[in-house]
Amino acid sequence: MGLPLDAVLAQAMLGLTQGAFYAVLSLGLAVIFGLLNIINFAHGALYMLGAFLALIGLNQLGGWIGAPDFQINFWAALVLAPLLVGLFGILIERTMLSRLYKFDHLYGLLLTFGVALVLQGFFTNYYNVNGTPYPGTPASLRGIVNLGFMYFPKYRLFALAASLVVCFITWYVIERTKLGAYLRAGTEKPELVQAFGINVPLMITLTYGFGVALAGLAGVLAAPIYSVGPLMGANVIITVFAVVVIGGMGSILGSILTGLALGMVEGITKVVYPPAANTVIFFVMVIILLVRPAGLFGREV
Amino acid sequence: MNRIAWITVIVLGLLAPFAVYPVLMMELLCFALFACAFNLLLGYSGLLSFGHAAFFGGAAYICGYAVTAWHLGPLQGILIGTAFAGGLGLVFGVLAIRRQGIYFAMITLALAQIIFFLCLKMPFTGGEDGLQGVPRGMLFGFIDLNKPLNMYYTVFAIFMICFWLIWRAVNSPFGQVLSAIRENEARAISLGYSVERIKLLAFVLSATLAGTAGATKSIVFQTASLTDVSWHTSGEVILMTLVGGMGTLLGPVVGAFTIVGLQHELSSIGSWVTVIIGLTFIVCVLVFRRGMVGELTRLWKRSF
Repeated sequence: MGLPLDAVLAQAMLGLTQGAFYAVLSLGLAVIFGLLNIINFAHGALYMLGAFLALIGLNQLGGWIGAPDFQINFWAALVLAPLLVGLFGILIERTMLSRLYKFDHLYGLLLTFGVALVLQGFFTNYYNVNGTPYPGTPASLRGIVNLGFMYFPKYRLFALAASLVVCFITWYVIERTKLGAYLRAGTEKPELVQAFGINVPLMITLTYGFGVALAGLAGVLAAPIYSVGPLMGANVIITVFAVVVIGGMGSILGSILTGLALGMVEGITKVVYPPAANTVIFFVMVIILLVRPAGLFGREV
Repeated sequence: MNRIAWITVIVLGLLAPFAVYPVLMMELLCFALFACAFNLLLGYSGLLSFGHAAFFGGAAYICGYAVTAWHLGPLQGILIGTAFAGGLGLVFGVLAIRRQGIYFAMITLALAQIIFFLCLKMPFTGGEDGLQGVPRGMLFGFIDLNKPLNMYYTVFAIFMICFWLIWRAVNSPFGQVLSAIRENEARAISLGYSVERIKLLAFVLSATLAGTAGATKSIVFQTASLTDVSWHTSGEVILMTLVGGMGTLLGPVVGAFTIVGLQHELSSIGSWVTVIIGLTFIVCVLVFRRGMVGELTRLWKRSF
């Protein structure tokens, strides 16, 4: 095949950024699933919410509060938007999800699906379905950088690095700290952890808040690359589900690696066989289901 | 269902086109059948598929293409669409049943997305526009389906046959084993049932009937569109089943009528419909898990 190697390499690197978003999103899903045993269908919508908060903070907030010059810049949004999304998640957990723990876990999926529809429908009413570009990329992150083997957009490199740092911190907290030990114990035997005097319901609430804050962060990071639109969440969440099926949710590190690898696979497919770029991850899922039904890092039988 | 209930349903169905606009009535019946097929899986087997739009919409495309390009009659078209959905159901089922619970839902959703992209990209599907101008044709070669009443009674007959089939399946030993698996899978295994095969059979049956619904809809509306294969449709059929009452025979029918009716009433408010559908989902899951028929049955039993 006469494929130019540097084109493949370039797409693989671009795919790696997309993979970093998959990693952050599937990591959030895995953290939530570990403790709450539900799949958060609203994850994509909350990713979208994060992106919209960044966009609104930059373009509209000033107008709303009567100070047209006031702007939440990218760096502030990177902190504020995930916090707000996390708080919103805590609200969802406290008012709705917490009522469902005693029922079949599928109800949690259905409830969060409803939340996703509400958010998506709401933003569809006020914003362009095809997306609005986010103009607030900081000047220091514009332009391209020479990686030695290729030129790469600076911002994408930053998004990739930021995602990896967030993934690493999450992994470290869960696997190497006392708080993480409580979390892991809560995943295995919540009653026992409760008996040791640890406030498990609070831990569950905060975990959900943290998981969706990760989605919000991914949304802010994605805003300057993809335009911000009401459908961005729905489009990404189904792919992330496939990522989660491929990796299995038993391992934090597994979620991260699977996300990164599949982003690259998707990127490479864009050069090798463009029509399959949207579906290649689903086909990988089919293959994995056939040869290793429990997923690459799965523990369930 | 006893004899009186059956007669009531049939009489109501025969008289309906004189009270309700026939096209709306046909749409209601197609979605009612879709929801009943879905309920066979969720309500009676406890399997949540998030990809049923693939069978519904996939059959719509195949049926629409068969009658347009190959000039087949409407019945052959519907049968081919149905068979396609059954085959697709077998493939999905074999893959998805390898994983349980929440994974099952995610796998079916991801597989359905492959079908969505195929419908978008394949050369014969009309891309973003979908298939248009599907001819209704002549049933058995002499009944002109372009006349609304002929079309309506054909749809009603298809609905009743499939509905009867579902009723038979649910009330057969097969249906009993399905309930047993839903209630306690480990026990069903220990009793010697090959649980995976029974689940697969339920999945294929459900997919096949969902395909009948979709294929019929493509003849009625003379189109097959991307909406039919999108995850929105998969979500809507879940909501119909939930609103009406999962695990009840008439629940999905009531639910489909409610949701489709609601969408018609609200069609002027644009994408607020999505918000309302989402809110309905939330309310149903939080406080109304039995659904309309489920709650009514409970009240009925309590008062006697």
